[in-house]
Amino acid sequence: MKATRQLYRAAALAGLFVLAVVIAATALMWATEADGSGGGWSAEARIFTLVLLTLIASGGAYRVIAGWYARYVNAPLRMAEDLAAVTTHSGLRLPEAATPELRALGQAANHLLAARDALEHDVAEREREARASLEEERSRLAALMADLSQSVVVCNLDGRVLLYNQRAKQELSAGPAGSNVELLGLGRSIYTVFDRALIEHALERLQSASRDEPGVDRKKLLGSAQFVTATRAGRLMRAHMSPVLGRDGQPGAQVAGRSITGFVLVLDDVTSTNERHARRDALIQSLIEGGRGPLGSLRAAAEMLSDFSDMQAQQRDRFLGVIRDEASALSAQFEAAAAAFSNDLRERWLLEEILGAELIEVVARRIAECGNSGQQRLAVKPEHIDEGLWLRVDTFGLLQALSYLALRLQDEYEVREVRLSLQRSGHLAQLDLYWTGTFLNNEAAMIWLQDPMNIGSESSPLSVVDVIERCNGEIWFQRERVSHRAFFRTMLPAAEAPKDLPRAIVSAAEGERPEFYDFDIFHWSGGSHELDDRPLAELSYTVFDTETTGLEPSAGDEIIQIGATRIVNRRLLRHECFDQLVDPKRPLSQQSIKVHGITREVLSGQPVIATVLPTFHAFCADTVLVGHNAAFDMRFLQMKERQSGVRFDHPVLDTLLLSAVLQPNQNTHRLEAIAERLGVSVFGRHTALGDAMVTGEVFLKMLPLLAEMGITTLRQAREASERTFHARLRY
Amino acid sequence: MSKKILIADDEQNIVISIDFLLRREGFEVLVAGDGEEALAKVRAEKPDLVLLDVMMPKMNGFDVCQALRADPELSATRILMLTAKGRDTEVSKGLGLGADGYMTKPFSTKELLAEVRKLLET
Repeated sequence: MKATRQLYRAAALAGLFVLAVVIAATALMWATEADGSGGGWSAEARIFTLVLLTLIASGGAYRVIAGWYARYVNAPLRMAEDLAAVTTHSGLRLPEAATPELRALGQAANHLLAARDALEHDVAEREREARASLEEERSRLAALMADLSQSVVVCNLDGRVLLYNQRAKQELSAGPAGSNVELLGLGRSIYTVFDRALIEHALERLQSASRDEPGVDRKKLLGSAQFVTATRAGRLMRAHMSPVLGRDGQPGAQVAGRSITGFVLVLDDVTSTNERHARRDALIQSLIEGGRGPLGSLRAAAEMLSDFSDMQAQQRDRFLGVIRDEASALSAQFEAAAAAFSNDLRERWLLEEILGAELIEVVARRIAECGNSGQQRLAVKPEHIDEGLWLRVDTFGLLQALSYLALRLQDEYEVREVRLSLQRSGHLAQLDLYWTGTFLNNEAAMIWLQDPMNIGSESSPLSVVDVIERCNGEIWFQRERVSHRAFFRTMLPAAEAPKDLPRAIVSAAEGERPEFYDFDIFHWSGGSHELDDRPLAELSYTVFDTETTGLEPSAGDEIIQIGATRIVNRRLLRHECFDQLVDPKRPLSQQSIKVHGITREVLSGQPVIATVLPTFHAFCADTVLVGHNAAFDMRFLQMKERQSGVRFDHPVLDTLLLSAVLQPNQNTHRLEAIAERLGVSVFGRHTALGDAMVTGEVFLKMLPLLAEMGITTLRQAREASERTFHARLRY
Repeated sequence: MSKKILIADDEQNIVISIDFLLRREGFEVLVAGDGEEALAKVRAEKPDLVLLDVMMPKMNGFDVCQALRADPELSATRILMLTAKGRDTEVSKGLGLGADGYMTKPFSTKELLAEVRKLLET
């Protein structure tokens, strides 16, 4: 009824308007008609009046149409955008519209939303009930993990971290000299913590050890691998690696019809154990080897006395003197050893069994990798490898020792090719690193073996001899004149092949994901793919914000605070944050203090930007950067490239531009406004971390909206942003 | 003519016994107290056999062995290494560097004598 009345009113108004125009025109014409000569109105005056009349009529019509446009075209469009935003998240309602028609429509839509919310709530409630028991198991698991004195890290086959416990974070995130560089995090690569070749080698061993037994009862065997390695902080870790099984994985890594999709690393800090071990080793060695000399003298003197009883008295006294001396020397040695040994009774081995051929393979690969960084290439050829020979060694130490020797040959003697051979020699294994041609003298070789090892950036306090002695072996340098071959020969004790231990296969439960682990990353593909074509939902993001002394980096304004958080697998990780104040080494303007509330006093003594940025760069590794008005922050970062030595060339997404992509008709794209439109509660604004958090939440809410527009990959998001950016520039 | 043997060992207490034993068996005996002295005496006196201890001051037994084998004039000199370390790997290192025989302390003087005779016959 109301609508009909409005229509009548509008029709009546339009009729009146047309009538007024017609009457005015008629009056004009009549004024002309009244007097044949044109009356009091000249032609110009009539034309002028006519034009004026037309203008007034047009102006009036335009105002009415513009009003109608705003009311009946723009307002519904805006309402459609609002509706699109509120439909993606429950609990949101359309704002009150200005006109009664849209109000009615809005109310209807809100009723619909309310009904949907009730339904969602109902479904969520049932889901929650179903999940309760699962949650209980999960929290038991989490409690167990947290209590472990060992570090646990679970990774997928690409080395991405899916799960870790608190202990692992403490042990593995520590950098050199006690600094904390947050190397460990969900979705990060384990290779930032451990040597890639070492892990990949262990993984290969894992895969070859895990297989179906071809026997009658087809036993399902799950192998495991062990290695010892050093962390960035210089701690020595013994790692036990076992496989994680799933339905879909890489072909070829199959166990009992299921494939290996990742691995579990259980890490023990053996630094102190190892020190104790080394101490005890030295003690036993001093007892055994130190005892041999005195015993030899004792035995020889005693034998002389009994075999040649006809000797002169003077000679006899000399032998008796020897016996007395050596016996008391031996007693003293035993006393000292007994006193020292009582403290170190527990035994722990650092050495592990490894198939010799596997060791050679990884040594060859490592030498080739390290040796090809320079201009000249270093070829490595394994030759004469005994395939069935097992060794019991410190794998990583041996790896370092052989790489170090090969690289020194390349660096100092320009050797282009080295060969490796491994053969059985009785109950010993003979491992040779050899080359032809280049002359190396004995003295130089001796020094190489006794120098602390340096391989590229890695340095070790140990020498080659230390490592080989740890493995109970010997190493020496030798030349063969005839063949012009020279070699470093290592003799090591051969070991028994270890037996596989069968283990029950347990599959992981599904369910909600607590924040510090995320099994869905199992489905991620390798990092070698271009990020551009990766789905937005799969990427890891670093959401960041900066506070600055002012708005003009080119005029000398500086960063005073960086805050960042991470998004992995569509979840904001509130525990993996970066929050750092920076001393700008320049005064702050009063205006900026009003914005961020940070004063000069707070900043003095904080690190400077050149030391903060490399750490922040490491925090951002392998992620896409997200910021609100990111261009502003990026400019500050890029101004510091030379000073800090790091380049921020990550892909960047800007929530401001994305908001303009999603809601082109909105008047403002300020962070608060977007947050309000998307139902994100705003807290702690104008601290860098607080803003980064809000930006992250906003970004997460945008992802489903972008997907509705068909924007699902990073490339599409960047291209759409670029288009709006240019569009905005034009206005 | 009696064969000439050099004992290179810094342990006086073992040298006393070996010296006594070998003289009783009719060998001409020389003694060196460290690696450098041993090398000098081998070059000067050209003994038929060197009893070479591994752990010696100034220059160890392995280095002396390597130096002796690098000298073509001394290729006839036999080398019997004596060691206070008993590791197999060390034995193979000595033999790898050109020693003719190897004995680990404590050894039986009879076995030492037998080994000395065997090396001097061949």
